[in-house]
Amino acid sequence: MSSIYDKYEAVIGLEIHAQLQTKSKAFAADSTEFGVTPNTNVSPITLGHPGTLPRLNEKVVEYAVRLGSAVKANITYENQFARKNYFYADLPKGYQITQDKTPICTGGYITIFPHTDNEKKINITRIHIEEDAGKSMHDQDPFNTLIDLNRAGVPLVEIVSEPEIRSSEEAYAYIAEIRKLVRYIGICDGNMEEGSLRVDANISVMPKGSKTFGTRAEVKNMNSLRNVQRAIDFEIKRQIELIESGGTVEQETRSFDAVKGITFSLRSKEMAHDYRYFPEPDLQPVFVEQDYIAKVKNSLPPLPNELYTKFTQELGLSDYDASIIIEDKDIALFFNELIELTNNFKAAANWINGAVKSFLNENALHITDFPLQPKHIAQIITLIEENKISNSLANQKLFPTLIENPEKTAEELAQENNWLQESDDDALLQYVEEAIAKYPEKVEEYKNGKKGLIGLFMGEVMKLSKGKADPKLANKLVREKLEQ
Amino acid sequence: MKKYSKLTDIQNDLKNKTITLPQLVEDYLKNIDQTKDFNIFLEVFDEEAKSKAQEIQQKIESGNAGKLAGMVIAIKDNICYKNHKVSASSKILENFESLFSATAVERLLKEDAIIIGRTNCDEFAMGSSNENSYFGAVKNPVNPEYVPGGSSGGSAAAVAANTCLAALGSDTGGSIRQPASFCGVVGLKPTYGRISRHGLIAYASSFDQIGPLTQSVEDAALITQVIAGMDEYDTTCSSKPVDNYTESINKPEKKYKITYFKSYIEKEGLDPEIKEHLLNTIENLKAQGHIVETSDFPYLDYVVPTYYVLTTAEASSNLARYDGIHFGYRSPNAHDLESTYVLSRSEGFGDEVKRRIMLGTYVLSAGYYDAYYAKGQKVRRILKQETERILSEYDFILLPTTPGTAFKIGEQIDDPIKMYLEDIFTVQANLTGVPAISLPTGKHSNGLPFGIQIMSKHFAENELFAFANTFNINA
Repeated sequence: MSSIYDKYEAVIGLEIHAQLQTKSKAFAADSTEFGVTPNTNVSPITLGHPGTLPRLNEKVVEYAVRLGSAVKANITYENQFARKNYFYADLPKGYQITQDKTPICTGGYITIFPHTDNEKKINITRIHIEEDAGKSMHDQDPFNTLIDLNRAGVPLVEIVSEPEIRSSEEAYAYIAEIRKLVRYIGICDGNMEEGSLRVDANISVMPKGSKTFGTRAEVKNMNSLRNVQRAIDFEIKRQIELIESGGTVEQETRSFDAVKGITFSLRSKEMAHDYRYFPEPDLQPVFVEQDYIAKVKNSLPPLPNELYTKFTQELGLSDYDASIIIEDKDIALFFNELIELTNNFKAAANWINGAVKSFLNENALHITDFPLQPKHIAQIITLIEENKISNSLANQKLFPTLIENPEKTAEELAQENNWLQESDDDALLQYVEEAIAKYPEKVEEYKNGKKGLIGLFMGEVMKLSKGKADPKLANKLVREKLEQ
Repeated sequence: MKKYSKLTDIQNDLKNKTITLPQLVEDYLKNIDQTKDFNIFLEVFDEEAKSKAQEIQQKIESGNAGKLAGMVIAIKDNICYKNHKVSASSKILENFESLFSATAVERLLKEDAIIIGRTNCDEFAMGSSNENSYFGAVKNPVNPEYVPGGSSGGSAAAVAANTCLAALGSDTGGSIRQPASFCGVVGLKPTYGRISRHGLIAYASSFDQIGPLTQSVEDAALITQVIAGMDEYDTTCSSKPVDNYTESINKPEKKYKITYFKSYIEKEGLDPEIKEHLLNTIENLKAQGHIVETSDFPYLDYVVPTYYVLTTAEASSNLARYDGIHFGYRSPNAHDLESTYVLSRSEGFGDEVKRRIMLGTYVLSAGYYDAYYAKGQKVRRILKQETERILSEYDFILLPTTPGTAFKIGEQIDDPIKMYLEDIFTVQANLTGVPAISLPTGKHSNGLPFGIQIMSKHFAENELFAFANTFNINA
């Protein structure tokens, strides 16, 4: 049985505002530091005092070009700034400096669900530079709205997607990919809760197979990935139910209420702002030359997809291992460094996705705070490879001890703690003989075909050697002895 | 007091010790006091000027004074001076104090000029008569029944009334040159981008320029030389090096190629005496060996509409910051955000400012943008190309500054269109960015002065000053 919801297809376009991590504001020398006392990073320029003029922070252009290069967009040569005019209490000049007709990037795309059957390209319409407004706080004082202008003038890029997203899952994946990317290229911390990444969604529905989009509603105020997904799901359902009950969708701006899980109307089309965009006369156009673009491109760190390809095709890692590693930029870079120090890539991946990640999770640490360096992990891997320590001893003893003593090498610690494996045949042979001598009747049973008993003798050997016996060699010796 | 018309005379007398700087400042302050009825100054920085005079006098005596030592100068009330009030003659900024100084002011101070006060002007530099000031009209010192012109009416009157040697004004569509013409002083609108706009309260950003009002071309050249040049706080300010203007005005006279537009001279409404004076000037120039020819410039009817479409658009945005929230006047009757905006702006702005904000908002509105703003930009481009083309063939364009002499206070205030047409000969320089100077060469039979205007190529101030300095002026 098909439900009404199956008759429709959602059309979603996203506008993502990413706050750029420049040290100073887009058009003033004020600091952009987050979380400082309200209204302290405010020069006369930020305050919009009479007689002040904007001055472009060139880092903003560089960051936008980084992003444009990373999504394979066209970079605009002649960049004009524009004014977007509207009145609001946290907008001191009465206009926002932005780009209108000449966004710094056009085109480009994001791949969602990469390397899976659901892989899909979402095209980007444009990316433009703009300045943020200040912050209005309505809940700090019972009678007044308080304004903090520290954020006013902080640079943003707005990334506008084509309406090619078809579900909340795709939207989620698209935003997650963008967030990963901006973190990789170091232009934005991607923190949605703190508002450094903000998403507006344009949502409409149309009968499946239709070529004409329905009327869209724009939904704002979704401050987490999860809420974007909830808001879109609610909105799709709301619109379908509205149409099915004979109503029509209004073009309007809606807000998401995370507590109730619903969207509600903020303003209708009639109430929509007329922003009266016009070229910003206080700023000269910025010309982005080809060699500048090339320079920025060359300075980009490896991107997630490039690393994925490298890890799977050059290193032979599984799709699964590679996908997990590239999820976090710093882990990927840690791994990327690690594989320069060892050739055992599979072991390297296992260590990162295993012991290292467990340690980080247990201690709620990010890899940038991890006490060990790639060289430490490489040393452990080498010790195991050379049969100098068993895998289990390395995991259970050496790794935690090394974390406590990162100034030492793995081998030094193993030596000090007497964990180095004894591959010396004579010593080992002695343990083997001792183990066999301990259970004469089991020897008989083994000889009569109960081959599983080898585990008992091995356990005894490991016990006697205090875990240092090379298990492979011990196994071989036990077998030889028993079958004599 | 002795009437000085240029700084070098003052500097000579200071050197010869026939006067001292504190004495000179006292004399100017006395003149300010005696001309109080003209409503020229909104604030006189008397104590400050006196102590500065002592300080600079000592520097003069020890031989380490700046280039402008001895210059007493007034600044228009839309130019910021750190820790001083700056109101743009508006109620909305009545008690506003600037936290910084305009680059032009910084540079004047660095060369030891003394800023004696801030002068009245049309509110936010919008007007041609100085009647649009919240603090009342300014009277023309030549005849107090008449307007001094605007919007830098206070600055022109200050120089004409000998209350200071020079003044800074700002010129968006003629706001320096027109009052200079009405008051009989020299007024320069420099090339757009020659002088930093940092610290100039914006009216129309792509038109505004600070410039000097003086009694001599020499002082205009000297002041411009001091305040011009690149500024990290204004990225529209040119990085072109500043020529040595004071040197170029003393170079031997060159023979120039000059043009004038027949359409301008034959413009209906141009005062016949001004026309005659201009034609006589042309004959004189020819007699001096310059080449003077007519050229076609068939766009005179477009300059004023284009100017008003574009400047009001920019103004509507530039003045959005005066909203009663962060600084300036807030209506005591406001009770929420919207009423704060509506009441503060309704009560804080005067009629002309409101008229231009509404016009500008209209021409930028969705549905009207293409018909007005976009078209205005196109026309501006054509005007610029044509003007540049003409100036590639000629060194200068000679034209009237104003269609008539000063009019009586109150005479035109209810006819904004007529008032806007006061700018007909001056807006071309702002629309195209070229420099233009008004020289007080004319004297009307009605007893009032009037100027002639010379425009030159972009950044050709040196040539402009050199040529202007050959005129006999009666400041």
